[in-house]
Amino acid sequence: MNPIDPIILFFLLGLIAGLARAELRLPAAIYDFVSILLLLAIGLKGGIELAKQPFGDLLPQILAVLAMGFALPLVAYPVLRHLGRFQRADAASIAAHYGSVSVGTYAVAVAYFGTREIFFEAHMPLLLVVLEVPAILVGIVLARGMSRETRWGAVMHEVFLGKGIVLLLGGLLIGWIAGPEGVVSIKPLFFDLFKGILAIFLLEMGLITAAQIGSLRQYGLFLLSFGMLMPVGSALIGALLGWALGLSMGGTAVLATLAASASYIAVPAAMRVSVPEANPTLSLTASLGITFPFNVLIGVPLYHAMAERVHAFLGA
Amino acid sequence: MSLANDRIRKLLTIVTEGAIESALVRDLDRLGAHGYTITEARGKGRRGVRNAGWDASSNIRIEVVCNDDTAAAIAAHLQAQYYDNYAMILWASEVEVLRPEKF
Repeated sequence: MNPIDPIILFFLLGLIAGLARAELRLPAAIYDFVSILLLLAIGLKGGIELAKQPFGDLLPQILAVLAMGFALPLVAYPVLRHLGRFQRADAASIAAHYGSVSVGTYAVAVAYFGTREIFFEAHMPLLLVVLEVPAILVGIVLARGMSRETRWGAVMHEVFLGKGIVLLLGGLLIGWIAGPEGVVSIKPLFFDLFKGILAIFLLEMGLITAAQIGSLRQYGLFLLSFGMLMPVGSALIGALLGWALGLSMGGTAVLATLAASASYIAVPAAMRVSVPEANPTLSLTASLGITFPFNVLIGVPLYHAMAERVHAFLGA
Repeated sequence: MSLANDRIRKLLTIVTEGAIESALVRDLDRLGAHGYTITEARGKGRRGVRNAGWDASSNIRIEVVCNDDTAAAIAAHLQAQYYDNYAMILWASEVEVLRPEKF
């Protein structure tokens, strides 16, 4: 049995401090800086790996994961619309959040498997980027239809030039161009300090999560159950896909985590601009108030166990 | 006081979500504002606390000094386009400027 990871304790500290209304507030610039470092570090790691293997070999995986990105919101939408009785725009927006990914959750999974020395494919950041986008497009189409009113130019700008994609892709490219030897000089900041940076990020995430919990009471049981069951269902889809693509057990678990995670940066920003009638409090309460803490505290170990079972039952 | 009257302009102050900053700036340029000032803001309103702790709760305050017609056009456009779905308030006041030709 592994002792609880300190980064998780940082998250709990933030959560408790936030709930107790402690006088703790990280400056917005710190949160920005820390998230920029995380995005770049994750991108760089993936880029170095891309330098080692031919891109063509990864193409089937990229396409399969892209298809999953389109499929997940289509699974979530009818559940939200019919079981949850949400309005069309709200259901579409929440579905988009759950189809996309959370880089914070991914970083926690990286730390989790790193601590346990479990191997996972190092090109996962590429799949992370691939999963970020399709759900946003599906969400907008679900809310709007293929309406002419949608300013697709502005939407594409928001989607592809958002902070997350630019830094992840930028990091990937820098890592790819510089290669393993080239990045040695910047390794101390981006790789050696990774867990310390992640700890501060999670402290802030705890505070932000605590702020969302207040609105949870308002939206009740359906959102609470959706926020915990949807990620488990998505994780199962991700785990089966990971196995079918021939990923290692660790890689399968990471892909399951990616599928399970819900976006709280890229998608809210894109939805706010493209589907303004959707209530942002609903989707943020679900993805940030419920699913993020669920994934960080329970989900990642659960998806680890899930990947082990899938590999044991279906064979390597 | 004709001299002073020449120098009277409208100051529009808009407090709204950071998410729509780039769209708003485009609108302001198109509607004839010669300039604007944007600052980060925090506060509370009908749509809850917006504490600027991170991206999705960031708030901005935009100030525009312009003539009456431009102010009216901007106010009408914002009301039609954004009031329903975004956290936004707007107020107008009269200000005296030193260099009227700028506004």
